[in-house]
Amino acid sequence: MRANCWIGKHDMRVQNVPDPKILNDRDAIVRITSTAICGSDLHLYNGFIPTMESGDIVGHEFMGEVIETGRGVQNLQKGDRVVVPFPIACGSCFSCQHGLFSVCENSNPNAWMAEKMWGHSPAGLFGYSHLLGGYAGGHAEYARVPFADVGPIKVPEELTDEQVLFLSDIFPTGYMGAEMCDIQPGDTIAVWGCGPVGLLAMKSAFLLGAERVIAIDRFPERLAMAREKTGAETINYEELSVHDALKEMTGGRGPDACIDAVGMEAHAPGAIGAYDRAKQAMMLETGRPVALRQAIMACRNGGTVSVIGVYGGFIDKFPMGSVMNRSLKIRTGQCHVQRYMRPLLDRIQRGEIDPSFIITHRMRLEDAPEGFAMFLKKQDDCIKIVLKPH
Amino acid sequence: MELQTNRRHAESRPDESQHSQEEQLANGLGWFSIGLGLAEVAAPRAVARLAGLENKGRTRTTLRFYGFRELAAGIGILSQPRPAGWMWGRVAGDLMDLASLGSALSSDDNNRAKVATATAAVVAVMALDVRCGQQLSNGRDGGGMTKNSGTSVTKTVVIGRPPEEVHRFWRDFSNLPSFMKYLDSVQITGEGRSHWKTRALGGKTVEWDAELVEDEAPTRIAWRSLDGSEIHHSGSVRFERAPGGRGTLVRVEMQYVPPGGAVGASLAKLFGFAPGQQVAEDLRRLKQFMETGEVAKSDASIHRGMHAARPAE
Repeated sequence: MRANCWIGKHDMRVQNVPDPKILNDRDAIVRITSTAICGSDLHLYNGFIPTMESGDIVGHEFMGEVIETGRGVQNLQKGDRVVVPFPIACGSCFSCQHGLFSVCENSNPNAWMAEKMWGHSPAGLFGYSHLLGGYAGGHAEYARVPFADVGPIKVPEELTDEQVLFLSDIFPTGYMGAEMCDIQPGDTIAVWGCGPVGLLAMKSAFLLGAERVIAIDRFPERLAMAREKTGAETINYEELSVHDALKEMTGGRGPDACIDAVGMEAHAPGAIGAYDRAKQAMMLETGRPVALRQAIMACRNGGTVSVIGVYGGFIDKFPMGSVMNRSLKIRTGQCHVQRYMRPLLDRIQRGEIDPSFIITHRMRLEDAPEGFAMFLKKQDDCIKIVLKPH
Repeated sequence: MELQTNRRHAESRPDESQHSQEEQLANGLGWFSIGLGLAEVAAPRAVARLAGLENKGRTRTTLRFYGFRELAAGIGILSQPRPAGWMWGRVAGDLMDLASLGSALSSDDNNRAKVATATAAVVAVMALDVRCGQQLSNGRDGGGMTKNSGTSVTKTVVIGRPPEEVHRFWRDFSNLPSFMKYLDSVQITGEGRSHWKTRALGGKTVEWDAELVEDEAPTRIAWRSLDGSEIHHSGSVRFERAPGGRGTLVRVEMQYVPPGGAVGASLAKLFGFAPGQQVAEDLRRLKQFMETGEVAKSDASIHRGMHAARPAE
């Protein structure tokens, strides 16, 4: 089959690779009909994620048709059309039983690597480094889906691929970001980052009852999309002081909750980790968690800071004094996608939201490398690229 | 008997202690490297004065160069769990320093008393470096492997199934290879007897017979290899109800005393490279198997050694 492979920094290539096979009883093989490039794939592209190997198939947002199932998969049949969640989760461990699918205890065969970096291991992910399992991703014609009896959700024929594809990651991620804000009627929610996740977090905040949403970014086309497609007010941080503007807009009190949908370029162990230690030793900064710091400082007393942007390693100059003295709550996590697929599919079916509004580009799988380059440079107002493998 | 000696040894020295001691020393030396390196890079004049060296351009350039060397060694030591190579790199650096100081001693431009003091300080630090390097090169993770005492490891895991079920699974020793990667097979040969087979590096098969020495359902199992076996192996596993009814706390203790000769060396490599991690991974696979019915596999993890995350040919 053809697959989009990570070769090295800023080097993706579509290559011929063997077709996937069933390795375990609870596996399924999916023929991929639509897959997307995620903002977090740019961390791979920029070479910031450690433990990538040349030749790794990337991609973690995908959907398609079941063409084969292992003996342990009873709920899926050949021909079922499914969306696959990006975290791989067993459904039976302590974490999964508590709805914390993205920290499944059993799905990362390379858990020891993650333990070295983070203390404990989260779930394995599709196409996202060996530290997170070494699973082949979905930028391909076919994919093997482990624990297929737990993850994939069947989608009805009347919905198009583009309407349901983002159930795999960014819609649930944005939704969880808003849900973690515990929104009360009348609340004002500020969202840093108008990328796909930020935009869907804004939509979700309104769905969950927010009265006002304030979007923060610097790209005019993204701010325009936030205004026009989600109904948010906007702040261009290149033109205004975010802190002052937010105070101004909220009568001095600050937003009731702040969502960080920016994150930072991930940090790494090994050579980069060593570099961090040296920097720490010299009392220099190790990263630029600018959005997170702003979100904390801006949030109203007793409010919530919800972090869905990706962080990989360590940050410094973290304003803990502001968090502690002002009774802030911080909530965060990779999205527990499996928990949200059913209710969000229902919302799409009821017509409450159509997440396809963020799509700006459609390409063949063969053009994925050009897509990465374009997405990185935000050329042609690129916000979201969907790839068609067949 | 060798096995019992080893057991006593294991009890008197719990899993991690020695290995953390030498790592602490290595950490200290790593920070020392960074401190000295920063001083040499940023303030070569002051360092030259302290060491009694004549303050001229070439001295400062050399000191800066040595400073970068110290920084590299410090970062290398601090960024690796057992930085034996970097530690020997420090020793090589110490020798460079001594050579430079030696030639400085013979020059009239320098303050000989101060240079002699600096030389003594370098010799003292080098002694520490050598000791630490030796310990790091000899020791292994989790419990350590020395020539005579063998390897002893204790690891635990919580499994979300009742103790009775986990005990029943383990009690059938023929199940062990499903989660102990290095075992090819375990055959039940009689009441409480089993025949174990594993492949040492290089493909040679090593086999031994083991007997059950304790069996208290559902709380404890212990076994050991029979006298005269090619490999001395013993293990015990305890099954306790985890707090809050959250399944079973499994606590495993294992010892291996490999035979001498080439097979022994290869087995030592197989078990001794990282015995603590080996057993921890075994337990993780046991948990996966008990909780999900299968051992998690990815496109990369099914290969020995590194493989890209893509399906195999």
